Order: sequence, then C-alpha cells, then structure tokens
Amino acid sequence: MAFHEKEVPADASAAQKVLAWVDSRLPVTAAFKRHMSEYYAPKNLNFFYIFGALAIVVLAMQILTGIFLTMNYKPDAAKAFDSVEYIMREVPWGWMIRYMHSTGASMFFVVVYMHMFRGLIYGSYRKPRELIWIFGCAIFLCLMGEAFFGYLLPWGQMSYWGAQVIVNLFSAIPFIGPDLSLWLRGDYVVGDATLNRFFAFHVIAIPLVLIGLVVAHILALHEVGSNNPDGVEIKDTLDAQGHPVDGIPFHPYYSVHDVMYLGGFLMIFALIVFFAPEMGGYFLEANNFIPANPLQTPPHIAPVWYFTPFYSMLRATTSNFLLPLWIFLAVILAMFAKTAKDIKIKGLCVAIALVLAGGFYVLDAKFWGVVIMGGSVVIMFFLPWLDHSPVKSIRYRPDFHKYIYGVFVVSFVILGYLGIQPPSPLFEKVSQICTIYYLGFFLGMPFWSKLGTFKPVPTRVTFKTH
Amino acid sequence: MSDKPSMDKDRRNWLIATSAVGGVGAAAALYPFVDSFEPSERAKAAGAAVEIDITGMQPDEMRTVEWRGKPVWVVRRTPAQVAELTNLDGQLADPNSLRDPSQFTPPYAQNQWRSIKPEYLVVVGICTHLGCSPSAKFEAGAQPSLPSTWPGGFLCPCHGSTFDMAGRVYKNKPAPDNLEVPPHMYLSDTKILIGDDKKA
Repeated sequence: MAFHEKEVPADASAAQKVLAWVDSRLPVTAAFKRHMSEYYAPKNLNFFYIFGALAIVVLAMQILTGIFLTMNYKPDAAKAFDSVEYIMREVPWGWMIRYMHSTGASMFFVVVYMHMFRGLIYGSYRKPRELIWIFGCAIFLCLMGEAFFGYLLPWGQMSYWGAQVIVNLFSAIPFIGPDLSLWLRGDYVVGDATLNRFFAFHVIAIPLVLIGLVVAHILALHEVGSNNPDGVEIKDTLDAQGHPVDGIPFHPYYSVHDVMYLGGFLMIFALIVFFAPEMGGYFLEANNFIPANPLQTPPHIAPVWYFTPFYSMLRATTSNFLLPLWIFLAVILAMFAKTAKDIKIKGLCVAIALVLAGGFYVLDAKFWGVVIMGGSVVIMFFLPWLDHSPVKSIRYRPDFHKYIYGVFVVSFVILGYLGIQPPSPLFEKVSQICTIYYLGFFLGMPFWSKLGTFKPVPTRVTFKTH
Repeated sequence: MSDKPSMDKDRRNWLIATSAVGGVGAAAALYPFVDSFEPSERAKAAGAAVEIDITGMQPDEMRTVEWRGKPVWVVRRTPAQVAELTNLDGQLADPNSLRDPSQFTPPYAQNQWRSIKPEYLVVVGICTHLGCSPSAKFEAGAQPSLPSTWPGGFLCPCHGSTFDMAGRVYKNKPAPDNLEVPPHMYLSDTKILIGDDKKA
C-alpha cells in the first residue's frame, strides 16, 4: 500500500499541519477519538463510576512520587531505615513526597475497593465484560504484591516482621515450601538480600506488569463499552449515526465530570497528607518507626488495613476450624453434584470432597490457612461464571439479594477490623463465621443468584435530567 | 488441485524442530536467573556457631543470642516450672516431640523438658507458624490473650500460638510444631555453644 500524506487545507495553521504530519505516521487523532471524544459511555453513570479514573490518577501519582523517593532511598539493610529518616527530615520537601506516596498506597486501595464494589453490585463482570474483570483482578493481585514489597523498604519493625510472616506463608506448602521460602528470601532470615530484591520488584518489575494490565483493562473496556447502574446494554439501541442513544462521548462529558470529582478527592488526599499522614496508625503503623530488629517481634503485629480481611481468614483457619470448613465445602459440592447432569461432574464433586477430607486430615491447618487466604482472592477471578442471575444490576434483583450483598460487605469489614486486633478466642470464632460467609457468598452464588423473583429490566437506561 | 497453497512438509518439520530447540535454549537461559535467587555464598557462610555465657543466670531469667540471624533463647526454669511440664501432656499438640524430630528436636532433647539439663531450655525463638518471635509470658495466671489457667510459657503476638516452658505448642493453635531446639552443647557449666553439637 502506497503511503498517503494526510491532506490539510491551504490555510491550515502550523499546529494543524504538524498534527496531519504525525497522523499520517501515527494514529494520534484516531486514538483520541476512539478512546475519548467518540467513546460513548452510558449517560446514567453515577457516583460509583468515578473510581476507575481516580485509580489512574493515583497510579500516576505513585509512579511520580516513587521515582523521586528512589533518588534518596538506599536499599541496604544497614542504611534503609536511616535513608527514609533522611528523606523525612533533611531532603527539601522529602517529607511531603514520602507522605504522598504512603497516603497514595492506602488511598489506592480505598479507590480500588470502591471500584470493585461498584463492579460487584452492578454486574460489571458479566458477559461480555469477563476479561475486563479478570484483568481487574490481576491488577488487584499486582497491587497487593506492590504494597507488600514496598512495605519492607522502610525497614522498620512492621516492615521486617510483616515480610517475615508473608514469606513464611510459602513454607506451609507441603514438600517444596521451606526451600521455596528460602529461595524467595535469598537468606535464612529476611535480610539484606531480601530487601534488595523486594526493592527491585517494587520499583520496576511489578509496576511494569501493572501498567500493562491497566492498558489491557482499558482496551478491553473500550472494546465492549461501559456497563451502567441499570445493567442495560446501551449498544442495543442505536441512533441514525450508529451511536448508542443512551450514550454520551466520554470527552468532554465524563472527562469534565471526573475532573470535578478528582478535585474533591485531592482535597481529601491533601488533608490526609498534611494533617493525618499516619491516620492514627492505620496508614503508617507506629511500630514501623522502630528500626527492624530480627531478635524481637513487636508485641502486637498486624498488616496494614487493606490486607486485614484476608489476613483474618488466615488466622481463622485453626485445626478445630477444619471440620466445620469441610462440612461447609461438602455441602457446596453436594449441591453442585445434585444439579450437574453429567455423571462425570457428579463423580468429580465426590472426588474433590474425598480429597479435601484426606487433605484436611493429613496436612496442617497452617497450610489450609494459606490456601483459604490465597483462595479468597483467586475466587474473585471466577465471579463472571459463578453469577447465574438473569439480570446484571442489583436494581432488578430480588430484595433478599440486597441483604446477601449487605451482609457480605459487613462481614468483609468485620474481617478487616478483626485483622487489626490482637488474637482472642471470641474474635477467632467471629472471624471463622465471617470466613465461611465470604466463601459461601462466592461458592454458593451459582445457587442463590438464581433464586427469587427478578424485576423487569427496561430496554433503556433510567435517567432523569437535572 | 485445491485453492490453498500446499503445505511444504519438510519446511514445517524444520520449523517445529527449530522452535523446539530454541524453546529448550530459552528455558535453559532462564535457569541462572532463577538460581540467582538462592542464598549467596556469603549468606551460606554466615551460619557459624555462636557461644553464649550463662554465668549468674537467675531462675525465670532469659538470655537471647543471635544465631543465623535468628534469636536463640536460653531460659533458666524454676523448679516449679520444670515440675509443671509433666502435667501438661493432654493440652499439648505434640508433648513428646515426635513430629519431624530431625528438624525440631535433636535426640538429646527428646525428653519431657526438651533440653540437656532440665533447668535450662535452649530454643530458637521463632514461631513455627509464620516466623514471628513469641513473647515470654513466664508469669502464671490470667492475662490478655491467655487462658486463666495459664501456667507460664510463650505467646506469639502474631497469631496467638502458645507454648509451654519447654517450647511445646498447645493444641488448636495455628503453629503446627514445637519451637525448634537448635543443635547445641555445653562447653562448660557456664558456656553453651549454639549451632554445633559434635563432640570435640
């Protein structure tokens, strides 16, 4: 194909000529139209739809502040703690750059949890948006990795013992576990080798993967289009030009809308950075202001708040929890076996139940705690295939579904709260109940999501002009 | 004759063969990167044995020494604590240290007090659950996070595992194993060598 220089009118400005020259070589204008000015988003998007855009801004801010932190930070077990204090006390504005980074980490999780909650209640993971959801879950996993690796870097007591606990999780895997955790640490205890490699993961390896996943997440979204609070496909009703009747161009309508909310978000962000950067020990834990001491665990250690729901599930899995857990899983498997038509699937359910029974008997509760914790994140990947409800949005689901979702959110928050608290027998029981509920919410979804009387879904989105 | 260009079988075979060889080469090239994560020679060499002086230790006193980057505790137990060890069997997960003794309990500590001398306990102060260092709770009786019948021992602050005065883990706790007794030997009545138990 011959090359065609894009033609411009004779009276075009210099800028238009430059753009035409570039467009002939790189589709800049076409990409802007496809993803911004001619990307049609539903006109009824509500407050819950701002968090995707906010997440992108926070990611950009983390990368920017992170780059500046690496300019003064030293990934060396003997110097790391002091170099962070140096940034805080002696580098001009270093304290602000660091507080922006540490606040950004917590706010990233606030924004992402809200973003996931939005997807959950409006069915944004349902066909044809399965891949968007899967990329999103992978982003969440990467974020957890990024936060974990980054938390070791200040080399305080919490950094040290947090890393010690999480790396030791891998040692619970039968046979290969101890060698695997040794391989991850690069030493017999968390030490200089561990710090150095965590630094490499935190500043380059994970961010590269994260950015790639964010691009994939957005490209997949723009391929199928955004969902909305009604769960109605706006592409089903097109106008004469072939645009969705209920859609409006992302730019300028949503770009301006999101920038306004971004202003509000940044105000809250600035308030935290300037007035409560430690957030009462939730964003930066008090024990992390003590240099790492391999000989003494602080009297109370807990992960940062965004990990605590999953950490609670790890703690909940003690040996006397295995029997109730097995009974619960056996009931779920029996329900699968009962509804399956294929005899092979029925057999598979029975086989899984028997393998679990044997596994629960032979292997330590420690191992199963790690499996539950990992599984509680991995299970989210399968959400598009677990939800069998005929409607996407919670708006048209039976009322009892709303209670199921409500209790799910409450139990997740309780798990998060208990993860911060010191262990106690009562809290252990409560966290076990919440763990069962969390797993039941997902594993039982193929059954409960079909039940009840669903409300009729309109063909057009519901929208009131202001 | 079909419309499709015919496949040249010879070329296809070469394509598969070169891809397979290239794949093996790429996998082999990955090995050094994976292996670079193993402990370095310097880290391996740093595991030498250390001495600890127990001169003048009082009953209920604990001393800590660093061995291979981990805390090793030497505790002088009171006669009451030593006597109590025999009454706890029913509450412990592994009272006789039978699980995996090669890793956790050397033969000379295969007894109810898990030590060479009943008075002195030598254990690695790292919880067998996820590697936190338990806190000493030698005082008996009810305390936060502990039962009212607590006879004295250790409490892991991370996940609530409890251990008796011989480092033996209580039942129904997250930690699966008793605290590790490191290889050790008495050089004299007041000196213990940690990390080596070969008879000189």
